[in-house]
Amino acid sequence: MQDPAGPGAREFPGVDPAWSRVVVAPDAEGTPRRWHLLDTGAGDASGHDGDVRPTLLCVHGNPTWSYLWRRVLEQAPEGWRVVAVDQLGMGWSERPDRPRTLPQRIADLSALTETLGLTGPVAVAVHDWGGPVGLGWALRHRHQLAGLVLTNTAVHQPTTSAPPAVIRLARSPGLLAQVCRRTPLFVRATTALSVPPLPAEVRRAFAAPYATPGRRAAVADFVADIPFEPDHTSRPALDAVAEDLHTLGDVPALMVWGPRDPVFGQRYLDDLLTRLPHADVQRWTGASHLVLEDRPASVPVIWDWLAERVGTAAADGAGRPSGPGVDVPRVPVRVDVSRPGATAVAELGGTGRQVTFGQLAERVEEVAAALADGGVRPGDRVAVLVPPGIDLTTVVYALWRVGAVVVVADAGLGLGRLGAALRSAGPRHVVGIGRALALARATRVPGRRWRVEPGGEELDRLAARGREVGPAVLADLGGPPGDADGAVLFTSGATGPPKGVVYTRDQLGAQVALLRDTFDLAPGQGLVAAFAPFALYGPALGLRSAVPDMDVTAPHTLTAPALADAVAAVGADAVFASPAALRNVVSTADRLTAGQRAALAGPRLVLSAGAPVPVDLLHRVRELLPSAATHTPYGMTEVLPVATLDPTELAPGAASGAGVCVGRPVHGVDVAVAPLDAHGVPADELATTPGTVGEIVVRGPHVKDRYDRLWATQQATARPAGWHRTGDVGRLDGDGRLWVEGRLAHVVLTADGPVPPYPVEDRLRDVPGLADVAVVGVGPAGVQQVVVVVVPVGRGGRRARLTGAPGGPDRLAPPEVRDAVRDRAGVPVAAVLVRDWLPVDVRHASKVDRTALAAWADDVLHSPAGPAGPAALVRRALRPRAPRTRSR
Amino acid sequence: MGSGRVLVTGASGMLGRAVADLAAVRGWDVTVMQRRTAGGPHREVLGDVRDREAVRRAVAGQDAVVHLAAKVDVVGPWMDYVRTNVTGTRHVVEAARMHGTGRLVQVSSPSVAHTGRSLAGAPAGAASPMRARGHYARTKAAAELFALAADGPDLAVVAVRPHLVWGPGDTQLVGRIAARARQGRLALVGAGTALVDTTYVDNAAEALVAALEHAEEAHGQALVVTNGEPRPVGELVAGICRAVGAPPPRLHVPVPLAWGLGAGVEGAVALSERLPLVPAITQPPLTRFLVEQLSTAHWFDQRRTRELLHWRPSVDVDTGLARLAAAT
Repeated sequence: MQDPAGPGAREFPGVDPAWSRVVVAPDAEGTPRRWHLLDTGAGDASGHDGDVRPTLLCVHGNPTWSYLWRRVLEQAPEGWRVVAVDQLGMGWSERPDRPRTLPQRIADLSALTETLGLTGPVAVAVHDWGGPVGLGWALRHRHQLAGLVLTNTAVHQPTTSAPPAVIRLARSPGLLAQVCRRTPLFVRATTALSVPPLPAEVRRAFAAPYATPGRRAAVADFVADIPFEPDHTSRPALDAVAEDLHTLGDVPALMVWGPRDPVFGQRYLDDLLTRLPHADVQRWTGASHLVLEDRPASVPVIWDWLAERVGTAAADGAGRPSGPGVDVPRVPVRVDVSRPGATAVAELGGTGRQVTFGQLAERVEEVAAALADGGVRPGDRVAVLVPPGIDLTTVVYALWRVGAVVVVADAGLGLGRLGAALRSAGPRHVVGIGRALALARATRVPGRRWRVEPGGEELDRLAARGREVGPAVLADLGGPPGDADGAVLFTSGATGPPKGVVYTRDQLGAQVALLRDTFDLAPGQGLVAAFAPFALYGPALGLRSAVPDMDVTAPHTLTAPALADAVAAVGADAVFASPAALRNVVSTADRLTAGQRAALAGPRLVLSAGAPVPVDLLHRVRELLPSAATHTPYGMTEVLPVATLDPTELAPGAASGAGVCVGRPVHGVDVAVAPLDAHGVPADELATTPGTVGEIVVRGPHVKDRYDRLWATQQATARPAGWHRTGDVGRLDGDGRLWVEGRLAHVVLTADGPVPPYPVEDRLRDVPGLADVAVVGVGPAGVQQVVVVVVPVGRGGRRARLTGAPGGPDRLAPPEVRDAVRDRAGVPVAAVLVRDWLPVDVRHASKVDRTALAAWADDVLHSPAGPAGPAALVRRALRPRAPRTRSR
Repeated sequence: MGSGRVLVTGASGMLGRAVADLAAVRGWDVTVMQRRTAGGPHREVLGDVRDREAVRRAVAGQDAVVHLAAKVDVVGPWMDYVRTNVTGTRHVVEAARMHGTGRLVQVSSPSVAHTGRSLAGAPAGAASPMRARGHYARTKAAAELFALAADGPDLAVVAVRPHLVWGPGDTQLVGRIAARARQGRLALVGAGTALVDTTYVDNAAEALVAALEHAEEAHGQALVVTNGEPRPVGELVAGICRAVGAPPPRLHVPVPLAWGLGAGVEGAVALSERLPLVPAITQPPLTRFLVEQLSTAHWFDQRRTRELLHWRPSVDVDTGLARLAAAT
């Protein structure tokens, strides 16, 4: 059989020929075999016997070769050696005349590392079917095992699903030889899956060692060695690896995954996470099987991770938020039963159901027992797709009672992104209404389905089942620790896929306590819950909650009469509502009866979050609710609240030209800024000097534990450890108040330095004739120009049909507006453009979508106008649509 | 402050005059060279840069040359541009070498690197005689390459590319806009929203003198000079009209129509130049080059220019327009 001793003089893109090395080592049976390796230690003496540097041992799968790891070798830091092997029969290694089985391959690799004299610490990186081989080696060498890096691999075929169709097909007896050996189909197909497509020379390099049927024999043998059948020769070895993996719980592990893999998709990641639950995960949405090719950024992530977790012994727990010095009490996330007879939740819509705290607590216990009996375990992730109300409250508290992790995504994400978000979290169960379960199925969200219709009999049946099984099943579970995961929420994902945000139970409890203490919420008070995230906390705080008659997933459907009725139903002290909801309340105030107006005099607090709220809107809210302070807590999905104030109590004009004042940090929360350099990059060091502008950075007991399965993002945002980088830009003033000046991504990077948008917009608010104004940048970062987009008073949808086109004589503001803008802006303004409306983000329907607006301005100012070419037509098709509301 | 003797070619134009005046104020001993007497305060040598001997005589004894003389137009035969812009520059460079002149500031144009696409915050880019648009830009590109190739230990060459220079006394941009507007023939090509950067004449002159004074640091470079204040072209044109008391443009010609008209006009001009009995068209209303200049964005990254020349524009666009209005 043809048996070259290595790639010889051939060069492959990205491979340093000095890495290429041939080593003779005995195989499992003692026969000497020639191995080809890529080895960063090949060139120097230290690369031979007795090298005690930490080594990353890389094991490829089928049908690739060590070429897969070339970037890992290239980027290896000082002090690390990388050895990437070509498995026997594969790559440029010897072609044995008989197929190698999994136990043989594990023994082969062990004999090779012994020959190499790898006696120091070794981390193992594996891909594809290299996984069982490399992990088999790891289990035999745990005394020197320093870490595990798993990329799109598997050790077990989950019983809940069939083996991958592609592999089943390739293994069918008639096809196996044809697909894998006689033709290069399998070899070529492997590199055809990549997103984006691989360069032709890289695909050729992957296929180079498999040029002839003779050299492809092991490709077919490898596929045949996958033990789907219980009586397969390699089955015991694979099962042993799968079953013993959990014993490596003290070894740092990283999983780098491309979920678009048609073979090793997300379910194999989920399976591995049940075996190595402590593993860090970097999941790249949209990446496929060859994840290191699809996302070359994986390689620096791997090295950063090795430095963080393996490089230093003290790194354990790094990146986990540590609370500030202040000890903040935590409210357990369970129903407060100190007033069992009081109304806990009243629904004003539908049939007007009500439930007392006693009834709610009892039902939570029953449903929890039924869920536990039905297979929901502590730590299981459970997606919840139930509209706000009594039933959602019951399900969520029942899941927390069991110790499960509640996965909640906002329907405002849109169906596709909602499905993608839930899929990324890998739930084991999905509880939802029928429509939501159909959606989960359509978007391939995994997990067992539990149907619950609001007011339907499904929950009654669950409760009945819970009474049958009794509370013993819950007692057996014990109470989960406070640092166990409690919830996964999702960001709106304005710039990319939505990110999962994980909170521990303690962090949830701290958030409840901070809300209680900041806003003086006490058991027995009434709450109108028109803002989903906080509404759930009412029962834990002993608040009597009313859900108004509205479509809670569409905030702008809250009317003034519906709000007044909800206030009256529980004698509300506080109202939680989004800015969009308040806007509609104000604009429907003329429908109020005298009685309803009187009811609105009751609440002492209106709380609105999710987006900055114009002060004039809050003044109008106060006209309707004269006793209420209007608080707009500042925060985000990752940490809320950070700071708060009532903007109507700021002196008029105090905020002019200074950005948005969001108040003083709430008790227990530390706020600092990371100053921006000339290029708009935030510093590593934090500052609290008044007036210093930078990225706002927050620390507190309720800061997220981590981003879900996004290790690199978590590392980047949790700097220094325990803090959260918000992506907002702002400053602290001399009174300790925090001012927000815009999103970091929206700061205009001019040649004269960064220009955050809000202060400029504030200075322009009183330009006569303007209903709205937004500041964006055009041009390359570092030389960007400031562009002001204005909406004249009286416009707004009237000419919506025309506004999509760039250009047009009336795109330029009239001279008097333009001159007034330039006079007041305080920074050079290249152009003042007119629009009939400003695009806003879908989720909150209130924040100006500055990214879309900047793209539009760029188009107007840089494209020759006229009949559209194909590119302009595409751009036009992608342009933002008319919004539902306008404001910042 | 400067010291020594400097020759300014092409000093009869608005920019050349401003450079000569400013260099004198800064302490340079200024000699100007042009074809017809300009009657300024400076020592004057009459001559044409196409005349090698005239150039040699003018350069002799100078410590530095600022070379502005060029054929700036949108029509006319190709060889006319070559003789003035390419051959003329060659004469200046050769004379500077022959007489040991230490510094040469070659005045160029951003159009030498402009291939017709929109430029937003673009770096200077390499001059390209093959890809630049129009006779003027192509010959200036060749001239700039030739001048920079002569940069060396004995001759520090800096190429400076002021973009759309305007100000009081400007016959090119301001003059044409004003004349057309008064005739009611001024039309904006496209929507007038393309962002265009321009240079007020004082800023351009200060940048050129700065290049003269910082040639040791900036030599070998091609540097774009603008006000660094890009504005929508419609706003600029309207501003100039207002400043000179002319009615603002009301017509908008769609880009493809203007392009077609420009192509037709160029054909007619070329024809008029060839037919002996037809008077040559010297002031055409529109060419494709102009259509591009007025409908595509072009503004530039000024960071390197400002750093190397230790220069910042001193007159902003609004102040410049006010001065233009005062001078009209």
